Amino acid sequence: MTIREALPILGFLVVAVLVSLFVTSNVVLNFLVFTLILAIAAQGWNLLGGYGGQYSFGHAAFFGMGAYVSAILQQRFGVNAYPAVAFGMVAAALLGYAIGAMVFRAGLRGSYFALVTLAFAEVLRILANATEITGGAAGLLISLNLGAGNLQFANRSSFLILAAVLLALAMLMTLAVEKSRIGAQLVAVRENEAAAAALGVDILAVKLRAISLSAGLTGAAGALYAQYFLYIDSNIAFGTWISVEALLAPIIGGAGTVFGPLIGALILQGLSEGTKMLIGKIPGVDLIIFGALLILVVRFPLHRIPGVIAARWRGKGAP
Amino acid sequence: MTGQGRDPAFLAVRDLTKRFGGLTAVSDATFDVREGSITGLIGPNGAGKTTLFAMIAGFEQPSAGLVLLDGEEITGRKPHDLAKLGLARTFQIVQPFAGLSVRENIAVGAFLRLAKRRDALALAEEVGQRLGLGPQLDKPAAALTVAGRKRLEVARALATRPRILLLDEVLAGLNPSELRDFLPVLQDIRAGGVTILMIEHVMQAVMSLCEYVHVISGGRIIASGEAAEVVGNPAVIEAYLGHGAAQRLAGHA
Repeated sequence: MTIREALPILGFLVVAVLVSLFVTSNVVLNFLVFTLILAIAAQGWNLLGGYGGQYSFGHAAFFGMGAYVSAILQQRFGVNAYPAVAFGMVAAALLGYAIGAMVFRAGLRGSYFALVTLAFAEVLRILANATEITGGAAGLLISLNLGAGNLQFANRSSFLILAAVLLALAMLMTLAVEKSRIGAQLVAVRENEAAAAALGVDILAVKLRAISLSAGLTGAAGALYAQYFLYIDSNIAFGTWISVEALLAPIIGGAGTVFGPLIGALILQGLSEGTKMLIGKIPGVDLIIFGALLILVVRFPLHRIPGVIAARWRGKGAP
Repeated sequence: MTGQGRDPAFLAVRDLTKRFGGLTAVSDATFDVREGSITGLIGPNGAGKTTLFAMIAGFEQPSAGLVLLDGEEITGRKPHDLAKLGLARTFQIVQPFAGLSVRENIAVGAFLRLAKRRDALALAEEVGQRLGLGPQLDKPAAALTVAGRKRLEVARALATRPRILLLDEVLAGLNPSELRDFLPVLQDIRAGGVTILMIEHVMQAVMSLCEYVHVISGGRIIASGEAAEVVGNPAVIEAYLGHGAAQRLAGHA
């Protein structure tokens, strides 16, 4: 990774800070914070799914783990928010490693991997709904205790900066992975496992590192979500909605690219809010639009559009 | 002179057997590959050549028998461990990383011994040039011709800096001029100190490249020796052309 390669990420950070300084509408700020949290969760999915080709349908498991561990530590054990969020991340990463150790060792791939991850997330959702420490069906409130020391901010623009900094860090980490040996090996595993193994790639080890990193990032997004809304329940933290959004955003924005999750999250949330404003709150309308968009993107991948335009342009220039 | 290894059996295969249910694909295969040699493994279709290769390279677990590399037993080890020990293979059906450029494909192999991206890309460039892929380095691997993909298979394997290279029909499907261009590349690899064991159907190539040839038929090694003497062996002629063929050929001569 070089400074020049990291420049677009710094550019994003500058734009985010400018927006936080000049935008005062709470609706817009709320929209942006939520979108950035989603983008962090999606960046986690992107590491494993976009680069490694392992399509998880259950990243809610990691999102929820990060959210619940951080919230429980703060609420039930009085731990400060900063270490609590860090523990949330670590717990999610460990869960990722544990699920990976079982699923990848068993050799599950493709749709089998997707289904098993979905099952893990659902089991955790049901458990969180039934046990006492998670607050059960009533959910868990983090006590309002405003102050930077508690990672709670009265104004949304401060939180926007926090989310932007964390997303920028996630993108830098993704870029570092992309430009490193582990990144090359991960992409090789995505493209062809047998060929990768023949070239000395330890497939299981590479997948385990990828899922741990991926789960840790998505867990951080979960902890951040809890910190922003100060309330979670099992259907939010472990709900299928986050699994779906975490995988849709990178696929729409460009799986296996550093900026794909952010672009996808902006498109998804923009569409979702846009339809709500136009059509009103009919439940499920945004999902219909997501579905149609997914079909379009699978047919015409966004990240290929610049290439297609360039090819057309060259085609016209050629005799 | 490159062919004089200190240990005559650099790769030693001993009684290697593979049974798939009731079918014995490879039966008690025993042969040696000398250090620094180009050794051929030939045989009719379905003789068990690729299964034998798969067992040596760790892609199939043998039902019985041993494989030794430079005196060390490597039977049934994982492919990535064998790659680290210096045993690299190519695939009969080429397996490019289709979404990556030719350079990135080769770099995956280079990353085995080099941790830094800059070094891996430099080695990928060097190996790519050596195998005549220079002009294609930045093209997607999916855009290569058959001959180009075969070269890419060899280039990737070579970038792992192997001691022994197992080539599974890298010359199949090449036209005569591509073949003529590729033979010196393989000789050059051997001259660089890499032992080569190759499965091959193109007899012209086997005769001009290989010092030693092992012939497998019906899962058994039926002949071993220098290329010229093996192709005159009656058992080998019969394996290819059918029972009694050697006699009829001798009668016509």
